[in-house]
Amino acid sequence: MDWLNILNLTGGELIGAYTAAYVLCALGLAMHFGFTGLLNFGQAAFAALGAYGYAIATLSFGWNMWGSVAFGLLCSAAFAVVLGIPTLRLRADYLAIVTIAAAQALRFAFATSAYDEVTGGANGLSQFGEDFYNYNPIPEGRYPLGALEFSEKELWIRIVGWSLVAIAALVMLLLTRSPWGRVLKGIREDEDAARALGKNVFAYKIQSLVIGGSIASLGGMVFVMSSQTNQPQTWGTNFTFMIWTILLLGGAATILGPVVGGMTFFALLMFTQSIMEGLVTMGWLPFLDIAQVGQIRFLLVGLVLMLLVIFRPQGIFGNKKELQFNG
Amino acid sequence: MANQISVGEPAPGCKKVDPILVASNVTRQFGGLTAVNVEHLEIPRGQITALIGPNGAGKTTMFNLLTGFDKPNTGEWDFDGHKLAGVASYKVARLGMIRTFQLTKALSLLTVLDNMRLGDQKNPGEGFLASFLRPSWKRHEAKITAKADELLKRFKLDAKREDYAAALSGGQRKLLEMARALMSDPKLVMLDEPMAGVNPALTQSLLEHIKGLKESGTTVLFVEHDMHMVRHISDWVIVMAEGKVVAEGPPAEVMKNPAVIDAYLGAHANSDLGDVTIGDAKEGN
Repeated sequence: MDWLNILNLTGGELIGAYTAAYVLCALGLAMHFGFTGLLNFGQAAFAALGAYGYAIATLSFGWNMWGSVAFGLLCSAAFAVVLGIPTLRLRADYLAIVTIAAAQALRFAFATSAYDEVTGGANGLSQFGEDFYNYNPIPEGRYPLGALEFSEKELWIRIVGWSLVAIAALVMLLLTRSPWGRVLKGIREDEDAARALGKNVFAYKIQSLVIGGSIASLGGMVFVMSSQTNQPQTWGTNFTFMIWTILLLGGAATILGPVVGGMTFFALLMFTQSIMEGLVTMGWLPFLDIAQVGQIRFLLVGLVLMLLVIFRPQGIFGNKKELQFNG
Repeated sequence: MANQISVGEPAPGCKKVDPILVASNVTRQFGGLTAVNVEHLEIPRGQITALIGPNGAGKTTMFNLLTGFDKPNTGEWDFDGHKLAGVASYKVARLGMIRTFQLTKALSLLTVLDNMRLGDQKNPGEGFLASFLRPSWKRHEAKITAKADELLKRFKLDAKREDYAAALSGGQRKLLEMARALMSDPKLVMLDEPMAGVNPALTQSLLEHIKGLKESGTTVLFVEHDMHMVRHISDWVIVMAEGKVVAEGPPAEVMKNPAVIDAYLGAHANSDLGDVTIGDAKEGN
């Protein structure tokens, strides 16, 4: 087995562009669930709106990168408000049902052939990243990083992705340590008590939904920008559940949790896959073939996560007393 | 008999010399059941008023209606010059009418100190944009922290300052909820069963706190089943039964009212329930 290659692949996941995208989505979800107590099971919709908003603004409107980013964020903020007005008055578990349904509905709307010319229908959109890569200051070439090697584009999207993670984490840190964040936590604990103390609970929830949703939209943009393809099937419920997994792995009411949770999750995924592939080629796992390994690794990761939630519900960084899984 | 609170003789729905809260024709139906049907009610300013009545009399529903946590079928009420019918609960709180809950709502996973700070209503840092600008709220934060510490000391919770509220006992949570309500210097404090679940050793200090509120000019309205407490600290008693106000007056007189004895007090009308020991109760049987 090629251990060096396995470690390389695993290390590559730690700083991957997809990892950064998922981490951004998980940070947004930490704002929703960890700090405000909103059970949002439609995080994929916010990411999708960022991705589609960007791609449509670029391809259909011919806007530059900044305009496209702004349009993506605007779409997701509008979605947060439209979704929030009727649902944020509902009890937490109803919100979960509504958000998951809204996310699915949105995905079908993107996939339908009725708006083919704008959304690309089931094929999605591609080649919308020209302006983004025009900003790339790195000259063309291959860049080694340890044993890994990146093209200038791969390097650029990683730098931008992880910078966004750093900025989002800083913004969340400032927000959650402020009196504003304290009100959110108060709402998470008991919204009636917050109301009785004169807090406009609804307004705070909308703000939280918009902020968390915007951060997830940036994640969606990073996600589609690395391959310059945006397909509707990306934004299914499995996307949302991956984000939840990352969040719970790291710790829901923390900032560092989603970041390290995301890195750990993808590194673990790659590590188990590589090892199993190695074992299969060596003939140690005769009941498996290479194609099945991709499925099996999710099973193993699922098992690890179940054990985590049972024995360490607060995640890697969470304070056990502050937030448990049933938060 | 004359008193300084009501205009004329005390009677259900009588006018007060200086009311802080005036409610008229407040009704609330749950399906076919009329939970609250109050023709007229005035709460005297600067006094401690007890709202008593048997279970299901509509006391808590009345609380919920007055504070905007529930919407009445009909009715309007006026708090300190503001029309309040249909006003959202958080706005009611901002006008200076702060309530507590029968089932204590301590914010379990916030520290005791953060619970207290949340009680403040003028913190500029609670605005979204201002929250990024620490200098804009740092001074206010220090001010309310000092105020919170002072209140915590008064309520003997200062040792628990850094603990999560979840770590407090039931009685301490009641105290915390009350102290938190005082952070915004409310004009009217509405306490829903402040004594329920509080051990007798704490009861005395709670009573002192409530009396202290009156001295500092705050109006207090509380729901309570403990007659001992009602007799000892209230200036005025309002009795509800089946959703209606059936009697009002100074505590000593109300307790003698046949309608009240009938509706509520029953056999122990003449004994201070706080003094009834288990032995006495057995003999009574």
